[in-house]
Amino acid sequence: MNIKREEQGNVVLLQVKEERLDAHNAEELKQELANLFESGKNGVVVDLKEVRFIDSSGLGALVSGFKNASARQADLKLSGVQSQVKSMFELTRLHRVFDIYSTMDDALASF
Amino acid sequence: MKNEIDIQIKVPNQTRYLSLIGRIGEDLALQLQGFKGDREDLANQLNVVLTEAMVNAIRHANAGDPDKEVDIRITISDNELLLQVFDQGQGFDLNNIQDPGFEGEELLETGGRGIYIIRTLMDSVVYRRIAGGNVLEMRKRL
Repeated sequence: MNIKREEQGNVVLLQVKEERLDAHNAEELKQELANLFESGKNGVVVDLKEVRFIDSSGLGALVSGFKNASARQADLKLSGVQSQVKSMFELTRLHRVFDIYSTMDDALASF
Repeated sequence: MKNEIDIQIKVPNQTRYLSLIGRIGEDLALQLQGFKGDREDLANQLNVVLTEAMVNAIRHANAGDPDKEVDIRITISDNELLLQVFDQGQGFDLNNIQDPGFEGEELLETGGRGIYIIRTLMDSVVYRRIAGGNVLEMRKRL
């Protein structure tokens, strides 16, 4: 999976540079998030601006990241959620779980 | 048989083929003659449903065996879309699959949403045993 990682102060920004976040590549994102929180990162923003398709495995990887963050009093936030991806969050009620921002800058500013 | 499309595809039991099948579903939706609804929404829905059904076949029904195959059949007639995903495995009991929980800790389950998503987006979902395996049949009125 093509993920671009940047550190902005205390916050790690992960840009998912894939059109699809699905059962084929979701495990890599899940692992990356687990590693970041295990290593003590306090805040991660996952930017999904390029993602136009997500399945339940993709959602599951994000939920897993959220749980890892919460268990360590850290924060996982999302940005750039496109409309079809947003629909999947709503269908599964996961839009209630995540803080979702329009842009990476908005998400970063919220920390 | 006017306006009927019937596509059959067979792929190895591996997740690398999800995007191919998903894209075929999208392209079909975008081509539909006389469809009065939102084509982009339908395209994404088919992409999602085919993906979820294939993942179930790959992981659960075919138990991740890379030597097995997944057969997909898409039939479109004037008023109905029929998706069939065939697996070669032991199968699973569709009736035993609960909807995911939406409150508190239940909402934070990392899995178990696939069948629920298919049921929500399609009008009917049936899973039955056939010679050599099983088929997940999903229908949507157009």
